[in-house]
Amino acid sequence: MEDLLVPITVFVLASFAGFEVISKVPPTLHTPLMSGSNAISGITIIGALLAAGVAEGPASQILGFLAVVFATVNVVGGFLVTDRMLGMFRQRDGQR
Amino acid sequence: MSPVLGEYLYLVAVVLFIVGLKRMSSPKTARSGNQMAAVGMLIAVVVTLLDQRIVGYTTIVAGLVVGAAVGAVLARRVEMTAMPQLVALFNGLGGGASALVALIEVHAGAADVRTGVTAAASILIGTVTLTGSLVAFAKLQELVSGAPITYPGQKVGDSLLAVGMVAASVMMIASGGVPAWAWAATAFAAVLGITRVLPIGGADMPVVISFLNSLSGLAAAAAGFVIDSNALIVSGALVGAAGLILTMIMVKAMNRTLGNVLFGAFGGAQEGAYGVDSGRTARRATPEDVAISLAYARSVVVVPGYGLAVAQAQHALKELENELTKRGVEVRYAIHPVAGRMPGHMNVLLAEADVDYDKLFDLEEINRDFPHTDVALVVGANDVVNPLARDDPASPIAGMPILDVDKAKTVVVIKRSLSPGFAGIDNPLFYLDNTLMLFDDARKGLTQIVDAMKDV
Repeated sequence: MEDLLVPITVFVLASFAGFEVISKVPPTLHTPLMSGSNAISGITIIGALLAAGVAEGPASQILGFLAVVFATVNVVGGFLVTDRMLGMFRQRDGQR
Repeated sequence: MSPVLGEYLYLVAVVLFIVGLKRMSSPKTARSGNQMAAVGMLIAVVVTLLDQRIVGYTTIVAGLVVGAAVGAVLARRVEMTAMPQLVALFNGLGGGASALVALIEVHAGAADVRTGVTAAASILIGTVTLTGSLVAFAKLQELVSGAPITYPGQKVGDSLLAVGMVAASVMMIASGGVPAWAWAATAFAAVLGITRVLPIGGADMPVVISFLNSLSGLAAAAAGFVIDSNALIVSGALVGAAGLILTMIMVKAMNRTLGNVLFGAFGGAQEGAYGVDSGRTARRATPEDVAISLAYARSVVVVPGYGLAVAQAQHALKELENELTKRGVEVRYAIHPVAGRMPGHMNVLLAEADVDYDKLFDLEEINRDFPHTDVALVVGANDVVNPLARDDPASPIAGMPILDVDKAKTVVVIKRSLSPGFAGIDNPLFYLDNTLMLFDDARKGLTQIVDAMKDV
């Protein structure tokens, strides 16, 4: 398991970074934060694209296609809906 | 593109995610923060598309087109009241994608122990996230009952599923990645995700969604271990942390523990008989009565609850605010952390109705002001204003932080009936001497008050 040392270190440090960055978000923004961070978890799209791109045989290709679709819905939908919500917050701010 | 350059660009993407999330901490910078994160994602996708290992683009392009179209339509069409189920759906798809990535890796052949272990983690977490989120979606969309669904032998059944899931994973790892074992583990995890979320009541959905959000991040991180991608590991860890923070905030706001929410089957009808005292009478008010007491108040604090969201009454509420502000009445809003069906849901609904976010106050901020408030207007909220949580240590919701509306000079409650809320507990607030009950749907009630106010 020695080769897991580096990725696990990265994981643990990134978790702490996440706690630090996010713990200060006010309740007003909790929903956009959740949908926005949800879109970021769609980063798995990288894995989906690679898997679909190298897939050989019908089974892997179908799975790859599904993975890309799922991840893309997550990413595109997540960022767009977050933008839509935050637009409602900002609009009023501009009127003042 | 050289692989090293690609790795640097992935790093740029990850930095954009972190800075973007950081900017989410203020309404002024949040939108640009989200856009930065989106740019980061675009960079990551383009870098991946230029990867030399990719041999064919047909499947990729088809998947991207379908996914982008579906995502864009959902994001544009969704009603703000339905935001919790949309986020649940997106969470589930993200988790499902991570599980699929690991499954494909297993299909690709001979897995060493490391790949086996990480693939198993990705498959299990991702699949539980997928099916758990789909059940949460169905509950929120009211395709299935929001009440806890329980059945005999549930705990034993779940334990067996968990054992089967782990055993299949171990077999997959030990066999060097035989796909059949991976699929067996997937099947166990899929059923477990369903049976684990079904018994959780509608009122606990803010916790469940936050927790599933955290899991979707962990699934992505696990997939990152499988395909050796720092971008996935870092982003997944960030989202896992974000989801966990929100989960703990929600759990604390209900004075529960995460274990109690996930395994408690809390809420719904089984506690309906608690503390019912038929000897008391509530004071019934007409919209005119309410309009008069509001119009002559100096300060009004509105407490919106999920009933407001269900009745789509946020715009009617904003009209009432305008009418009162015109008369010089100070109007503020008190937002309980678990108001609505996901963290911060009520804030989004009020933002949609153009309510100024400076007028929204948290529990701690507003509670000390209730004794100086003329009218507390409770719209479609119940458990979060139930004084039993504060005063009766024997109550099932004892210790849950509540909004102290009963300390205001007058309390007006707009509610369809005296029926208990999601926690299934009677609310003595409704029978207090200074409480007026307006029995109506939130939108109709508010509209009638606004109309009546024009004649005051």
